[in-house]
Formats: sequence, C-alpha cells, structure tokens
Amino acid sequence: MANDPSSPVKLNVEFRTIKGHKFTKDGTKQALLNLTQDQGGNYIFEFENFPDRNVCKDFVASAIALSGEAGRTVPEKSAVPIQDEQLSAAEMERRIKLLQEDSDLQKLHKQFVIGGILSEAEFWATRKKLLEQNYSRRPKQRVALKNDMWSTKPLADGQSNRVTFNLTPEIILQIFAEKPAVRQAYLNFVPNKMTEKEFWTKYSRAEYLHSTKNVIAAAAEAAEDEELAVFLKQDDMLVNEARKKIRQVDPTLDMEADEGDDYMHLPIQDHGLPRNDNKDVLDSQYEPYRRSFSQHLNQHAAVVLQGRVIDVELGDTRSVAEALARTKHAELAKDASDVYLDKERLERISRMTEIEDLQAPRDPAVAPLSIKDPRDYFDSQQANAFSTLGDTVSGAKQLKCSVSTREAYCSLKECISEIKFQGLTEPTINSEVAFKVLNGLAQNISSNKYHLGRNPNESILDSLPKITREELLLHWSSIQELLKHFWSSYPITTKYLLTKATKLKDAMSQIYPKLQEIKESVQSDLRHQVSLLVQPMLQALDAAFAHYDADVQNRSARSGERPNGF
Amino acid sequence: MSPPVPSKILTDDVSLLMVLIDSNPHFWSSIKPHFSFSKFLSHVLAFLNSILLLNQLNQVVVIATGINSCGYVFDSSSGSVSQRAESLLPKLEEFAENDESLSERDDDSGNGVGSSLLSGSLSMALCYIQRVFRSGPLHPQPRIICLHGSPDGPGQYVAIMNSIFSAQRSMVPIDSCVIGIQHSAFLQQASYITGGVYLKPQQLDGLFQYLATVFATDLHSRNFLQLPKPVGVDFRASCFCHKNTIDMGFICSVCLSIFCKHQKKCSTCGSIFGQAQTRDPSASQQRK
Repeated sequence: MANDPSSPVKLNVEFRTIKGHKFTKDGTKQALLNLTQDQGGNYIFEFENFPDRNVCKDFVASAIALSGEAGRTVPEKSAVPIQDEQLSAAEMERRIKLLQEDSDLQKLHKQFVIGGILSEAEFWATRKKLLEQNYSRRPKQRVALKNDMWSTKPLADGQSNRVTFNLTPEIILQIFAEKPAVRQAYLNFVPNKMTEKEFWTKYSRAEYLHSTKNVIAAAAEAAEDEELAVFLKQDDMLVNEARKKIRQVDPTLDMEADEGDDYMHLPIQDHGLPRNDNKDVLDSQYEPYRRSFSQHLNQHAAVVLQGRVIDVELGDTRSVAEALARTKHAELAKDASDVYLDKERLERISRMTEIEDLQAPRDPAVAPLSIKDPRDYFDSQQANAFSTLGDTVSGAKQLKCSVSTREAYCSLKECISEIKFQGLTEPTINSEVAFKVLNGLAQNISSNKYHLGRNPNESILDSLPKITREELLLHWSSIQELLKHFWSSYPITTKYLLTKATKLKDAMSQIYPKLQEIKESVQSDLRHQVSLLVQPMLQALDAAFAHYDADVQNRSARSGERPNGF
Repeated sequence: MSPPVPSKILTDDVSLLMVLIDSNPHFWSSIKPHFSFSKFLSHVLAFLNSILLLNQLNQVVVIATGINSCGYVFDSSSGSVSQRAESLLPKLEEFAENDESLSERDDDSGNGVGSSLLSGSLSMALCYIQRVFRSGPLHPQPRIICLHGSPDGPGQYVAIMNSIFSAQRSMVPIDSCVIGIQHSAFLQQASYITGGVYLKPQQLDGLFQYLATVFATDLHSRNFLQLPKPVGVDFRASCFCHKNTIDMGFICSVCLSIFCKHQKKCSTCGSIFGQAQTRDPSASQQRK
C-alpha cells in the first residue's frame, strides 16, 4: 500500500511473529526493509535514505534475536525434547494437555520417548486423531463483513468547512463488493488518470453530495466532472446482476419470484415505504442521480450474506479490486457455460410439477439384497461346540432314523399309553445307579471348582494380586505400542528405519525376561492361568524377533552379493 | 407399549418351572435301544411331582416340543386343586396326534433325525412367564429347563438367539439337560448367557437323580450351592471359507466376515480388497 499519511491505518505487528528480515543493498534504487512473518506474510517498508534504513535494520535484527529466545521456553512440566520438528505453541499445548488427562498415555510416553526408544514425532504420529479431537473443540470462525452501512458518513468538522472521511481496507473491500461500478472505475482510472488519493477524494465528494440529498446539485457537478458522474449515476453493472439473479431463481422453490422482485428496478415510490419528504416530481434529467435507500439496503444485505469471496490481503487496493473483478467474471463465465445446470433445472421442474395420481408406478432404485444362508455359518459352530466339550467321536456319529414318520409317532403314542396304564416304574431309579450318579456329579463339581473358580464370568486377572495385575497390564500396553511401531517399519528401505527397528527390538528383548519373571513369581495354583495369559504376549514377541533375525540375515546375505552395499 | 411390570414381593423358595420336553418321534425311535420315552417320562413325572411337593406356591408348566408344533400339556395352577403331573399324559397323547396330523410326508426313512421346534417352545415359555409377571403380587422366580435331545436346526439359529436374549433381559435362567447323543451348541450358549446350568448326563437311567440334584434347586438357593459347570464355551470364530476354527485371520472391513487366507474379494458382501504390500523392494529391482 502506498504511503498515505492521511490514512489512519497503523501497522502494529509484534516482533514475536517476525521471523527474519531482508533488505536491499546500499546504493540501489530503493531503500527497502522486508520483514517476514513465520506464517508467510511480509511487510515491506520503504525508507527515504539508506542510513535511516540501516538504523532500523539493526534495531530489527536485535529485536528478532531477543524475541526468538524469549518465545522458545521449554515447558517445565513435561520436559519434552524438541527435535528437528517445528512445533507451534498450540500443538505443544495440546500434547501436554492430552498427557495430563490420560495417565496411561503418560506412562507410555515417559517410558518410550524419554527413554529414547521412540521419537516424539513417531509417538504422536499414530495419535493424530486424539490431538485433533481436542483441538476441534474450539471452532474456527472467520470474521464476516461488517453490517455497518454508515461507515462512510463523513465527520463534519464544525469549525472549518472540512469534511473527513475514514477509509480502511475493510471499508474499501466493502465498497468494491457493493458497487461494481466504483470498482470498475478504480481499475480504469487508477493509476492512469488519477492517483488513488484523488480517486478516493472524488468518491468521497460524491458520497457527500448523496448524503445531502441534493439531487440538483449532484446533477450539476456531474455535468462538470466526468469521473464524478460515474459515482453519482446509477450502477448499471449492479442492475444487470440483479436481473440475472432473478432469472436464476428456481421456480420449484419460489414460484412467485419474477421481475417485480428485481430490487434495482423498483419504482421510485419505494415499493410501499412511505416517504414523507419531497413528493414533488423532478425533471426526468435528474432521475439518474436519485438514489433509493431500499436499493442500497438490499444490495448491502446481499453482499454481507454472501460473505468473503476473496482471500486477498486487504493492503493493496488494486489487487482487491482485481480479485473481486476476477471472481465476478468467473461467475459470469460459469453461468454462461452452464448449460448442464439449466437442463438439470428444467428436468427438476418438470418432475416436481407432475401430478402424482396420474403417474405410473415407479420402481425404486435399489440394489438387491444378497442374504446368505445361516446354515453356512452355523454348521461350523456346532463342530466347535463338540470339540470343546471333548466329544470328538459323537460329532461324526449321526443318529439314523430308519423308521417312517408314521411308525415313529405310533411308538411314541405307545410309550405314553404304556405309562398311563402301568403307572410309573417302581422304583423310579435303581439305588446303585443313583449312588453312582451322585458320586460322579460331586467329583465333577469339585474338580471344576479347582480349575475354574466359583464364578465362570470372573476373569483370571481379578484373582491376581494387584501389583502383578498392574504390571501385566502395563507390559501388555507397552508391547502393543512397540509391536505397532516395529511392524510398521517393515519393509526396511532406509537407514532410519533400520536403526528404529533395532532400537525397538532391544526394548522388546528387555521386556521379555520381565514376563518370565512374573510367571515364576506367581503362586503355584495361579501359575497355569498366568502362563496362559502371558503366552500370547511371548508368542507375539517371538514372532517379531524371528522376523527381525530373518531380515538381518537376508540383508547380510544380500550385501555380500553386491559389492556396493545397501 | 405395554405398561411396566410392577415390582413384586420376593419370596425365597418359590419357583415357577417351565419344562420343555422334546417330543420328536424320530429322535425317540432312534434312541430306543438306550433309553425309551416311557422311562424318560417316568423320571420326569416323578421329578415334577417332587417339585410340586417342595413348596405349596411352586408352579410347573410343561410344554411339548414337536417337529411341527409346540403346545402346553400341563399347567399345575389350572383347576382349583394343584394337579399331579400324571394328568399331562392324555394331553401329551393328544398333542402327538395333532403333531402327526400336521406332518406332510409319510416316508421319511433314512433321512436322519430332524430337529424339533425349540425356538417355538422357548417363545411360548417366555410368553407365559411374562403373563405371570403381570398378575399377582408375588414374584414367581421363573426358570426354564429344556430336556432336549434332538440335534440343533440351523434354520432356527436366529429365533433361538432372540429368545435367549429376551430371557436374559427378563433374567430368566435357561437350564439345559441334554439327553441326546450330541451336545447342543444352542443350549450351551443359552445356559451360558442366561446364567443357567448345562448338563449332559452320562447315565440316562439315572436321569431322575440328575434332575433332583441339579435342576430342582430354586433360584435363591443357587447362590450358595455349587452346580456343575461346563468346562468352557467356545466362542472362537470359524472362517467362512473352510469352517475351521481360527485364532488369527483376515477380516473384511465392510461386513466383518472372517477368512483364514488372504482373498481378493469378500464372498459375503462382494467388496474388493486392496493389494498386499510386497516385502522385498530389492527383489523387484533385481527383476528390472
């Protein structure tokens, strides 16, 4: 943005955000100092002479150095070593918070990251989702356009005849968005016909004239000054836009929308709004200079609701104007070439205006279900059940019924009548048999109790002493974490992965004997259960070790073949 | 929506026993050399009478499970005086007649033993229990005992699981006494899920002793008695391709079907799986 001493914009940037500075050499055309921010923006300052610039440069350099040190304080609580990763303060905060909330995570973190087995980046790489969850609780909102229409009201200085206008980049953006004619005029006039300052002065004059509501004076001045006339007349571009918008209204949504809703073409009576002041009809030559409040309000509302359509920085007016012009052009082009959209709209209209009663029944568009036969799945379960209960033989032996249905029913009915006539057998049960049954049951129950405990739903872990249980669980989660990183580093293609795999393998081999110790330290009656628990952990570790050794062997065999090595 | 069941007075020793008797004629004729239906009935009738003797408020309901239908054959609370169990015999005969008349084909020889309608009788039992819940001030302490021998019918899987879950929800334990040759996976699951007892008697002519020792106890006493438990219920999955039980396998991320080997396409839902990553990058270099 050019140097405008009348503009009240003050640049206030904290040195914390400034990462570096660049400058032009002494003796070149311009003395510039470029301050780069860490987010990518930069500020360019132009000085009148080189000595001034150099003084500033030195000051800036020392300020940056100071703020750099101050900003990089390591938080005491977690003592996390920052490695080659660039971490923003927000990211660090998130991680610390997560560690504080979850004590298991903190234990793992302490064990691996502080112990040097895994790096920070690796540890958090798989936990991105956790971090994001915390972060997304704060919704990111963008600031919308201001809904303030009177910002261009001039401040009349009572003492002298000066009227001051304040123009900030924000206001300029709004003006360009609301009044395409002004934007077009800017692109045309500046910097060919007049400077920016002159442009805005003229614009301000036009605004002042409008605010006095003196249409005749406006017409008079417009006649004199061509450029001023642009600002005073009706905005043709806006008019065209409005018309186009009306045509694009979907009749299935709003059947009533028609040209009468075109707010730019409202009759001057303002569509029902009572106007107390001048009802006198003016000459037709003054018509173009009259501005209608409702038109202005509607246009302003449309722009505010549309929101920010461009992302250009607001410093440079020209670029803002160009960006807006570009967006408008793109929209126009899109509409013109969007035949498909039109076709789709027509189709939709015709579909919605159909009378349902008169339509033929339409088949719903669905994909056919393919439901599998539950028998397929179930048969396997039966085999499982038998093998568990130790009944290996009877699974194969199917009962054969060689009797026809009729005969079967007959024999059933015979049995029933037999009892009816003969009564119950006496004794119901043979005493020896009963005795045997009782003994068998008692033995069964006592042996089961010995093996399983009272409650089948109780798990083994609950019956262990607390310390053992905690240790086992901790080992389990550490093994999971290590194995996850271990398997993800295969196939090994870089040196980094090789060192990582070796480190992980060493950590795992340290846990291995600890598990053996736990097995031995437990009481003898629980030993079997605990070894059953520990077994899958040992198996997983063994599989990892085997894979690692095989890989090392392969690698050495291959490097033996190729002289240039891996 | 039905009105909520009001809370009841709990008494210690009362039980409402629903007995589901397997009346599959094919099954009984196939097991004839070992155990006959009449002997079975005599054990069961003695058992039922002894239940009725344990407590005046005890109630017994017997449901017969046929191959075409199920029906109530005995209700101890019907009539003014509590009836003896023998009065179920004529009703049972009637039921068998009815069941026979419902069967369509005549010649089924050598077809193997069909399955009986366990899901139907479970549902009937649960409905009866719900009705009792909604009447009278006393909590009936219901439980279901299945005297079952026919093989499990895979077509009834879903229905039986549904009844098991509703029994679990109403806190009705399902005891199972399997008198057939094979174990029954359905009843194993049922007893495990609902907290009942599963038993396969080794000696069928001591059936009464089994029933009296294990299944006669009411729900309150079960808290301080130790009843036989099966060694374990196998919840392991089996792969969909070979029906083998597996511990580690591949799972389709769309429909969760299980396979023991890597497949290109899921056979249940048809989704196509991605490529497996190759282990050895240098091998591909050598090929070049």
